[in-house]
Amino acid sequence: MRFNARVEVGHQPGILDPQGATVQRALPALGYDNVSEVQIGKSIRLVIDAADEATARRQVEEMCEHLLANPVIETYEIFLSEMASDTSAQKLNG
Amino acid sequence: MARRVAVVVFPGTNCELDVARAIEPLGAQCVSVFHSEPVLGAVDAVIIPGGFAHGDYLRTGALAQFSPIMKAVATFAAAGGPVLGICNGFQILTETGLLPGALQKNVGLRFICADAALTVASNRSVLTRKMSTNDRLQIPINHFEGNFICDRETLAQIHANDQVVLRYADNPNGSLDDIAGICNEAGNVVGLMPHPERASDPILGSVDGVALFKSFLAVDA
Repeated sequence: MRFNARVEVGHQPGILDPQGATVQRALPALGYDNVSEVQIGKSIRLVIDAADEATARRQVEEMCEHLLANPVIETYEIFLSEMASDTSAQKLNG
Repeated sequence: MARRVAVVVFPGTNCELDVARAIEPLGAQCVSVFHSEPVLGAVDAVIIPGGFAHGDYLRTGALAQFSPIMKAVATFAAAGGPVLGICNGFQILTETGLLPGALQKNVGLRFICADAALTVASNRSVLTRKMSTNDRLQIPINHFEGNFICDRETLAQIHANDQVVLRYADNPNGSLDDIAGICNEAGNVVGLMPHPERASDPILGSVDGVALFKSFLAVDA
């Protein structure tokens, strides 16, 4: 089975997010004075082949723990979805 | 003393010649070891110099841990061999897990290139073993991600084990507990953000880095 995996890497609570803070300070200039929080992280997308969803999720979790995120300063969240088999080639090429 | 010193070079490392220029006058022979090598060879010490290993992609130091040479460095460190990571080398050692914590972006979101006043916090490490606690040093820093961070439990361990090696006298980057350099529990692996090789000749404005290298290389007198 083939899965789309999206890993959202964010900041651990208490870790500086100067980009988010700067953007938050800029938004009122556009008239949006109702934004109380902006966080900027990374989005990592991958396509993974695995026997089932649990295996795919476990492998992506391992990747996060060992490389994609640094648990000392970062959080991660994994979003998995199975790719429809007839579109997988197209998506890979796209 | 340490006669042969491996200087590990990754794609993007840029301080390897400065390090060689700083330690060769002390009697060391530098052996440049490329990151793709699986072995260090017969060396007495290892230095991971500064730069931007693997372009700092993903996170500073993150990809270097998968370079073949890092397994050899970990084995060398586990056997008690002296290992020094300077700036990006410090970031690599934390990402590899040879040192605790992590280096996040500086408070103020600025790259800082400036002289930093430091104090020796412990002389238990290989980098400071010939120095005295509270010795003052003037050594340049040159980094964007030098703001040391770790969780409360790790910091308590670092304190309990006397692992803080150097502190900033005037914290430039928001680093936790003013930490400029730490060592592992055994004291043989040290990482620091300041660049001692850039304070190794009177023409550079300071020679305070020489004392650190003399400690690290166990140079007599």
